[in-house]
Amino acid sequence: MEKGPVARECSCSCNGDPQNSENRCCKPMPPAHAGENRTPWVIGAIETSTGKIPQVSTEYTPRDRFGAWKARWGIGRMDYKVPPGLYGVGNPDANSLVLVSANYKMSFDRLRSELKGLDLWILVLDTRGVNVWCAAGKGTFGTEELVHRISQVRLPEIVTHRALIVPQLGAPGVSAHKVLKLSGFRVLYGPVRAADVPAFIGRGLKATAAMREVRFDMRDRLVLAPFELVSTVKPALLLLAVLFLVNLIAGKEGFALSLVSHTLADFIPYLGAVLTGTVLTPLLLPYIPGPAFAWKGWLMGLLWAGVYVWFIASQASWTHGLFYLLILPPIASYLAMNFTGCSTYTSLSGVAKEMKFAVPAQLISAVGGIILWVGGLLLGF
Amino acid sequence: MIKHRYLKKVATLELNADKCIGCGVCLDVCPHEVFEINSGKTWISDRDRCMECGACAQNCPVEALTVKVGVGCAAAIIQGKLKGTAPCCGGSEGDKSSCCGG
Repeated sequence: MEKGPVARECSCSCNGDPQNSENRCCKPMPPAHAGENRTPWVIGAIETSTGKIPQVSTEYTPRDRFGAWKARWGIGRMDYKVPPGLYGVGNPDANSLVLVSANYKMSFDRLRSELKGLDLWILVLDTRGVNVWCAAGKGTFGTEELVHRISQVRLPEIVTHRALIVPQLGAPGVSAHKVLKLSGFRVLYGPVRAADVPAFIGRGLKATAAMREVRFDMRDRLVLAPFELVSTVKPALLLLAVLFLVNLIAGKEGFALSLVSHTLADFIPYLGAVLTGTVLTPLLLPYIPGPAFAWKGWLMGLLWAGVYVWFIASQASWTHGLFYLLILPPIASYLAMNFTGCSTYTSLSGVAKEMKFAVPAQLISAVGGIILWVGGLLLGF
Repeated sequence: MIKHRYLKKVATLELNADKCIGCGVCLDVCPHEVFEINSGKTWISDRDRCMECGACAQNCPVEALTVKVGVGCAAAIIQGKLKGTAPCCGGSEGDKSSCCGG
C-alpha cells in the first residue's frame, strides 16, 4: 500500500512524533480556530494535559441538513470535510471512550448528533473527505492513518485506557491486531450505524447481530438516486442538442416553436429510460426478478419502452417502435449496472461477471437501434 | 427485512480451517453474516453473501482467510479498463465517480 495520507499531509519525516510536534509542518491542525464560522459545531474547549481540545455540539442543525442535501446532489461533495484530529463530546476525561470516525462531514455529523448526553472523545482520521466504508476500501481509513493520528493527537497522554471504538465498516482498512502491536491500543469494532452507538455503549461495548449487519433499505437506496441522476445530466444535454439538430434538419417547419416542442417530445422516451435506470430500478431493486443489476435495469427499461411504444403506436411506424425497444433498455440497463457501486452487497467478482455479458449486449442493442434509425432516415422506412 | 441476493458462486472468499483459531473477529467485522462459529472453529456458512470487502482477511490474526478484495462497482471497473488500472473509484481528490457516494 502506498504511504497515502501520512506521506501526503506531511512531507517531513516526523510523522506525528510528539517530540517533533513543534515542527511547523507537523503541528496538529487547529480545528477550533479554522476560521470564523467554518466550524460552527465547535461549541467550546476541553482542557487536557496536552492543551485545549475542541468540544463539539450534538445538535444536527438545519445548516448540517442543507449541507448533507447538497452533498447528495453532488454539490461541493469533494470538499465536505472536517479537520482531522481529536474532538470531545460532553465533558470527557482520561477514562472516557474514544470513537474513531472519518473526516467526511456527513459521517461526522451523523455520529456526533447521536451522542447526546454522553461524554467521550472522537478521533477523526484524515480520509480526504470520504466516508468510512469507501475510505476503508481505499485504505485511507486504515491502520497506518489510525496509528499516525493516535500519536499525532497524543492520545496516550489524554486517556489512561488503551481502547478505541472503530466503526465496523472501517474494518476493511484496519487490522486490529496490527494497531495493537503498533500503538498499544486495542480496537473494538462498534456498530455499523452511528444511531446504534449509544445502545452499543449501554450494552457494555457489545454489538447485537442486527447492529453488525449492513442494510440497504428503500430509503438508503433513494438517497443515492440524486447523485446518480446528476451524473446523467451532461449526456442528457448532449442528446437534447442532437435531437434538436435532427429535428432542425429533418423537420419541415424551419425554426419555429414546434421545433422545440418536437425536440422535447423526442426527449421523453430517453428521460424515462434514465429515470428507470437511476431511480425506479434502485427503488424496486429487491422486487425485480434476477440477481444481476444490468438485467434488472434492462427488464425495467424494456417495460418502459413497451409502455412508450404502445402509447405512440397509433402515430408511429414499426421501425420507430423497434428503435425504441432496442435503444431504451440498454440505457436503463447501463445506469442500473452502475448502481452496483452504490449498493452495499455486490462483490467485484460478481460485477465483473455480469458485465462480461451485459456490456456487449448493451452495445449490440444500442448500436442496432442506431443503425435502424440511420437506415430509416436514409432509406425512409 | 428483505435480504438482498447477488450472483451465486462467484465470491473468492476462502477459509483455511487448519489455521483458524476460532477467535471470532471475522464474525464481528463481516457486514453480511457470512461466517458462523462452531466448537472453536469458524466456517463459511453463506459464501454467496460475501461482497469481498476484505474486512475479515484484514483482521484475521493468523491469516486463515483469503479473498480477492475489490469494489463491486461497474463504474470503477469501466474506469479501470479504460485507464488500464485496477478497478478503483477514483482515489484522488477529484474523484467524481459515482461508486463512492455517501
